Amino acid sequence: MALKGNLRDFSINQLLNLINLAQKTGTLVVEGPSDSAWVSFREGKLAYSKMGSEEDDLATVLHRSRKLSKSHFNTIKARAANMSDKELGLLLINANYLSQEEILDSLRSEFVGILHRIFTWVEGNFRFEDGVMPSDGKITLQIGLENIIIDGTRRLREWEQLQDEIPSLDIALRFTDRPGADIRKVNLSVEEWRVVSYIDPKNTIKQIADTIKMNDLEIRRVVYGLLQAGLVELVRPEGVVFERKKPSFPVTDAEEQKSLVNRIINRIRSL
Amino acid sequence: MQTVKMVVTGPFNSGKTEFIQTVSEIDVVATERKISSEAERIKETTTVAMDFGRITVDDNLVLYLFGTPGQKRFDFMWEILSEGMLGFIVMVDSARPETFREARSILETFRAYAPTPYVVAANKQDLDDAWSVDDMRIALRLDPEIKFLPCVALEKESVKGVLLELLYSILAEMEAGEF
Repeated sequence: MALKGNLRDFSINQLLNLINLAQKTGTLVVEGPSDSAWVSFREGKLAYSKMGSEEDDLATVLHRSRKLSKSHFNTIKARAANMSDKELGLLLINANYLSQEEILDSLRSEFVGILHRIFTWVEGNFRFEDGVMPSDGKITLQIGLENIIIDGTRRLREWEQLQDEIPSLDIALRFTDRPGADIRKVNLSVEEWRVVSYIDPKNTIKQIADTIKMNDLEIRRVVYGLLQAGLVELVRPEGVVFERKKPSFPVTDAEEQKSLVNRIINRIRSL
Repeated sequence: MQTVKMVVTGPFNSGKTEFIQTVSEIDVVATERKISSEAERIKETTTVAMDFGRITVDDNLVLYLFGTPGQKRFDFMWEILSEGMLGFIVMVDSARPETFREARSILETFRAYAPTPYVVAANKQDLDDAWSVDDMRIALRLDPEIKFLPCVALEKESVKGVLLELLYSILAEMEAGEF
């Protein structure tokens, strides 16, 4: 029986648990709300992962993890475009540019990071392709799933709570005009400052997150902190016209509508 | 016969059914079921579709009160229930601060569905461990201009007070030409 279904019925957490316990080898393909992920496992351990919309070659991963400078990255992309990841890895190690441990650390962080991101996907479809693994040129790892499952479960719980607090990212933020609230006197982290610098009723939270490349969980976490501190409040984005669902009155004339409400008021008073 | 409706919403076990029952002239048409979730086993039954109460205003006009299902898995009903309502009441259980976050979320959701007038009722104010309305206002992050009213859903005068405040808000918006 093919292992495929809907994330509403079977969560990422449950899937990882199954793959871990059954020591499966193959690739889990998850088609989420706005992206797809390919996560490969060997005998129940995480071997490789890739987000559909993102480059997954070794040079890009090392550049993203700041192990390669921009100029080195551009040089490698230009001159070693036909090299496999394994060949490039060996080249970098032999040239004493990076150690094996540094390369493996970057890949581990990339693969686990992708799993953390898909943990919060609650909509979408999945299928497990038995025995399918990345091409031979890719560097695969063997990362136990137990810690990832525990950490992912925590993140999912936190994400659910944050989603309750901030149900939509299509709303904007503005600074409160509460007396005594002065953002300059507050100790903010670098991440918080990055968000704060874009706070404007014209920018939705989603737009801010996209601009500073934060995922849903990260932006919600920062916004929640700012909300709790009373520094910002949620507002409708400027210029966005919301469809107002009209109250349904049995009469259309404004005076008749007022008369109707007054009749209800009198009736309630007399109860 | 002309009909209008108002919606009573709020988290699970916040007192929506009791609120409607207290002023309805008919037995509330409650579609309640035994609770199946351990986490929500605070009371024996819960509303799975909607409560439905009626107040006959006069020979030509009837006010219907609809209660929304409290459990989150039935929130698909909310948008349907909010269609055409004159206003809505958000009930909050004053003695269960763990539900405040959800109450806030429900309030935002209903405001997005239909930005009609609303009031928030701090229910179960008669309980010893009820939070004060002032503290709840801060916890719920309600602006000072939002009507936040103490309430005991089992007492008719208290329920009448909440309904009247909502109707005054509706009337005020009509006067201001915002309807």
